[in-house]
Amino acid sequence: MFDVFIDQFWQLTFSGISLGFIYVLIALGYTMVYGVLRMINFANSEIFMWGTFGAIVASRDLFKYNQTTEPATGAKLALVLVVQLVASMAFAGLTAVLVEFVAYRRLRARGTNRLATLISAIGMSMVLSELMRILTASRPVGSPRILEKVILTEVWGAQIRLDTLITILAAGAIFIILERFVKLSRMGKAIRAVSMNEDAAKLMGINLNRVITVTFLVGGLATGAAAFFYVTVYEYTKFNIGFTMGLAAFTAAVLGGIGNIRGAFFGGVALGLAEVYAAAILGTQWKSVTIFVILVLVLLFKPSGLFGEAVTQTRA
Amino acid sequence: MKNFNLRDFGAKIWERANRPQRVAIALSSIFLVSLLPFAGGSFLATPIAAYDAVLVYPVAIFVLMSLGLNIVVGKSGMLDLGYVAFFAIGAYTMGFLGMHTSLNTWEIMPIGIGLAMFAGVLLGIPTLRLRGDYLAIVTLGFGEIIRIVALNVSWTNGPNGISGIPMPPDLGPIKFRLDDQKGFYWIVLVMILLTIWMIRRLSVRRPGRAWEAIRQDEDAAELMGVPTFKYKMWSFTLGAAVGGAAGVLYGSKNLFIAPEMFTLNVSILILACVVFGGIGNIWGVIVGGVILGYLPDRIRFISDARLLVFGLVLIVVMNFRPDGLLPRKKREKALVKKGADA
Repeated sequence: MFDVFIDQFWQLTFSGISLGFIYVLIALGYTMVYGVLRMINFANSEIFMWGTFGAIVASRDLFKYNQTTEPATGAKLALVLVVQLVASMAFAGLTAVLVEFVAYRRLRARGTNRLATLISAIGMSMVLSELMRILTASRPVGSPRILEKVILTEVWGAQIRLDTLITILAAGAIFIILERFVKLSRMGKAIRAVSMNEDAAKLMGINLNRVITVTFLVGGLATGAAAFFYVTVYEYTKFNIGFTMGLAAFTAAVLGGIGNIRGAFFGGVALGLAEVYAAAILGTQWKSVTIFVILVLVLLFKPSGLFGEAVTQTRA
Repeated sequence: MKNFNLRDFGAKIWERANRPQRVAIALSSIFLVSLLPFAGGSFLATPIAAYDAVLVYPVAIFVLMSLGLNIVVGKSGMLDLGYVAFFAIGAYTMGFLGMHTSLNTWEIMPIGIGLAMFAGVLLGIPTLRLRGDYLAIVTLGFGEIIRIVALNVSWTNGPNGISGIPMPPDLGPIKFRLDDQKGFYWIVLVMILLTIWMIRRLSVRRPGRAWEAIRQDEDAAELMGVPTFKYKMWSFTLGAAVGGAAGVLYGSKNLFIAPEMFTLNVSILILACVVFGGIGNIWGVIVGGVILGYLPDRIRFISDARLLVFGLVLIVVMNFRPDGLLPRKKREKALVKKGADA
C-alpha cells in the first residue's frame, strides 16, 4: 500500500506541486468572488470547464492541429501556447462575466435572500455544463499534443517533465501578477475596499457593479489560465471535469482561508500534494473522497482555514 | 383581481369550509388522484415511456422527494444539494438486503429509512453549523461521494450495479407487477399523504415555528432561545428519511440499481421541482414535482435536454418569480420580506 508512495515519493511530490499550481489558480477564482460577495461562486467549476475548451478550440480550429500533427518547436510553439492561454482565459473570463450578469446581478439589485442567489448560481452551473454536454455529445474531447512531454532532468529519481515545469513556472507567474494587481492597482484597491466593507466602499464613490464584474472577470481569467495548464498536462477534457476540479480547488481555497489570496496559494499546493499522495496510497478512485474528507475536516476543526477569516461567524 | 394567486384562492376555499366539507374535499381529491393511472388513454398519455410507469417514476417519486427536500430547503432554509445521497442509501439498502436476506420491501423500508436518517445525522454533525453556501457545497460533495463509494466498494457490485432486486409482496388486492405499476403508484401516494400529514402537523407545532424562525434569521432565533442546531438536525434527518423511503421503493420497483442513477443531477432535478412550485409551500412543491416530473416524458424535446431546461427553470424562477408558481401564504411572505436582507 505504501510501497508506491515511498518508491515514488519525489516524483509524486513534483506532480503534486504542478497539480497544486493548477488548483491555486482555480482557487483564486473562488476566493476573489467570495471576497467581494461573501458568496461561493458555484459556477466556477463550469467556468473552468469552458476554459479548457478555449485551449482546444485554439489549437484545433485556429492552428488546425489534429492528433497526427507534429508538435511545433521554437517560436511557432511559443505562439501556439500563448494563443491557447489567451483563448482559455478569454473563454473562462467571458463565461465568468456571463455568470455574474445572468445569475447574480438581478438578484443583487433586488436584495433578495442568499438562498435565491445560491439556487440561481446552481442553475447557471447546470446550464453551462449541460450546454457543453449537448455540444460535445457527452464525449470526452482529446487535445492534440502541442508540447512534447520531454524529460528535462531527474532529481532524486523524479523526472522533471517540460509540461509540468512550465505549468509550475507560468502558473506561479500568473498568480504573482494577479496578486500584485489586487494589491497595487486602482481597481484592485477598489476590490479590496468592497470586500472590507461594501457600504463604506459605495459611499466612497466606488462603482459596486463594476467592481463585482471585474472581480468575476479576474477570477475567471485565473481559472481560465488553470484550464490551459490542465489541457497542456492532461491533454483531454470533458463536459463534466469541472465538478472534481472545482471541489478540489474550493477545498484548497477553504484550506487556505477563503477570501484570502495568499491562502489560496498555500491551500492549492497543499491540496495538490494531498491528492497525489492519497491517490498513490489509496488508489486513484478514492481521490475525490479524500478531497471531500479534507474539506469536511477543515470545516469542522479550522473553518477559517490556515490564513483566513472564520466562516461560521459571518452568517447569512 | 389584483395579484391573483392560486395559493390564496385555494386557501380561501379551504378556510371557508367547515369540518365535514373539508373531509369531503380531501377525500374526493385523494380519490380523483388515485384514479390517475386509469387515465392512460387520454391526452395525458406519454409517448416515451409507459404511462403508469411514468406516474410512479418520475412523477410520484419526484413529488415524494420534493416534499422531503422541502422540509430542508423550504421549511428551515438550508440548501441541501446532496439529497440524492439519501435516495441512493435507501435504494442500496433495498438492493443489498433484498438480495442477501429474506426480508421483503416492507420490512426493509424502516431499515432504509433508519440508515438514511443515520447518514443525515453523520453528515449533519459537522456541516449544520456552517453557513448556507458551505452547507450547500458540502452536501453537494457528499452526494457525489456516496456515488463514488457505491462505484468502488465490492458489496454494491460496483459499476455493474445490483440487478434482480425482489419486487414487494402483494398487499391484499394491491398487486405489484412490472407491466402494471398501479400498485406502486398507490403505495407512493400513501407515502406522499403520510409525508404531507407529517409536515402539516409539524408546521403548526414547535418544530415548524423553530424552522420558520431559523429560516428568517438564524442568529435572532438562537438569541431567542431556539436550539437551532437541534431543529436544523431534525429537519435534515426528516428530509433524509423521506429520501430514504423513496429510495427503498425505487430500488424495489426498478429491480435494478447502479451508481450512475444517483448522480448530482437527481439532486438538482428535485431542487428544481421544489423551486419551481414554490419553496416552502407543500402544494406548490407537489405541483412542481408533478409538472417537472411529467413534462420531460410528455414532450420529447424536454426529455433530451431536461437538465438544461431544469437549470434554466432554476435561474428564471429565482430571478423573476422567486416564490415559484404557488407562493407561500402572504402572512409568511410578509415576514420573509422583512428578514430578507439580513
